[in-house]
Order: sequence, then C-alpha cells, then structure tokens
Amino acid sequence: MRTKVIVGLGLVAGPLLLRNLYVIMFGVPDEMEQGPIYRIFYYHLPAFLTAAICYLTAMVTSVLYLIKKDQRYDAIAVSATETGLAFAAVNLITGMIWGRISWGIWWAWDPRLTWALICWLVYFGYLMLRSAIDDPTERAKNSAVLSIFASASVAVTWKAIEWWRTQHPGPVLSIRTGGVQKIDPIMENMLYVNTLALLLLCAMFVLIRLRQEEVQREIDAVRRYAHAMN
Amino acid sequence: MDERNITFMFYGLAVAWGLLAVYAVLLGLRERNLNKQLDTLKRMVEEKK
Repeated sequence: MRTKVIVGLGLVAGPLLLRNLYVIMFGVPDEMEQGPIYRIFYYHLPAFLTAAICYLTAMVTSVLYLIKKDQRYDAIAVSATETGLAFAAVNLITGMIWGRISWGIWWAWDPRLTWALICWLVYFGYLMLRSAIDDPTERAKNSAVLSIFASASVAVTWKAIEWWRTQHPGPVLSIRTGGVQKIDPIMENMLYVNTLALLLLCAMFVLIRLRQEEVQREIDAVRRYAHAMN
Repeated sequence: MDERNITFMFYGLAVAWGLLAVYAVLLGLRERNLNKQLDTLKRMVEEKK
C-alpha cells in the first residue's frame, strides 16, 4: 500500500515540478528591479516552507513519542527531520546565490539568515546525536527532547523578519501580510503551486525514509535474534 | 540585463534541482544497501537453523 502511495506521489510531483519549471522560466513575468534572478525565489521560499512543515511534523511526533513511547513516532520524526534538512539546504544555498547578485555578497550575518543557519545546524546535530546513541529507546527519547527544543529555532527563523530590522526581504505572501498584495497575484499563485509540488516530493521522500527506518529496525531485530542463537 | 543575473539564476535553479536529485539518489542507494543487508542476515539465520 505504502509503495503505491510513494509511486502515486512521484507520478504527481514529477510532472508538476517539470510544469512549474517551465512556467517559472517562460510563463511568469520578470520582476522589475531584480530581473531574472528573482525566479530563484520560486524555490527558495517553498523550500523553506517545506522544511518548516517537516520540522513541525518532527516536533509533533516527538511529543507523541514521549507520551506513547511508540517507536513509529520516532521513525516519523527522524524521517521528517532528515528530509527537512535537504529542503532547508536548498533554501540556504539558493538564498546565497540570490544574495550574491542582489546584495553583492554571498552571506550576511543578518538575523533571518543567521537563524536559518542555526536551525539547519541544530537539526543536523539531531542526526549526529542519533548516530552517537546505540540504544534505540535512549536514542528516541533524547532526540525527541532535542527535536522539541529545536522547534523553537524554526519559530524564531519564521518571525525574524518581523522581530528585527533585517536585510532579508519582508513577508510577501498575502496570507502573512493580512491580505495586503505585495507581489503580483500571478507570482504569488506560482509560489503556492511550487510549494505544493515540493510538499508532494517531500511527502514521497519522507515515506521512503520511513520505510528505510522500518527495514533498519528489522535488521536490528534479526541481528539480536542471530546473536541470541550463538 | 546583466548577464551575471541570468547566469546566477541558472545556478540557483540548478542547485535547487541538483540538491533534491542528490538526496533522491542517496535515498535510493541507502534503500538498496539496507535491503541487501537484511537479505544477507536472513540467509545467515536460515543457514544456522
């Protein structure tokens, strides 16, 4: 059943991503001041939103793990975190490339950028922590606690453009500006459509990663059984 | 329009697609490796029985 869902997600996400790439390149109008470089934005922002949803999923499933002690929640948390890191890397690097042209520098120690990097490093640390603990129960418990604390860095990253005066552009989506249209509706719609495409791709990655966690647990169980036989 | 503007736009799009493609390949390789490990272990256990 899960394989069918994974294939289904791939069959929807793949063509949608290709269609979006075509529209981003040839369909949407140029931005008046920035020129073609602004098209990076169609991946930069959706990648951040996708990563944020992954981290939020990890936080919720970590809380559920601590309450119910069910390893399945831990598996979802690690799958979502790892996939979220991949999308957050897309967000950070595309932002750097945009900054090189728009600001003349690759990186600025601006609150939004710095918090996005801190967020990435904290979740990378989450994966490092997991690889350092052998006992599955201890690993799940410690990483669940870290994931819950780490989610604060996502909230700060999200609010950084409102809390501090930053070099990073402010919110542009009308859902975040209280209905005020800051960009052309064609551009805004394209952002939503590409966010949907990335979310579908992300869901596919998470399900694949989740299947791998289950195989890994099966491997551990067979190893324990083989060890007991000796 | 500045030529670097267009060049860097392509870099950005290439990075976005490239990173996700690399992650997809890594997932595929890990899956193959895990399945191979599981098959080997199961065979070993069967042989010991």
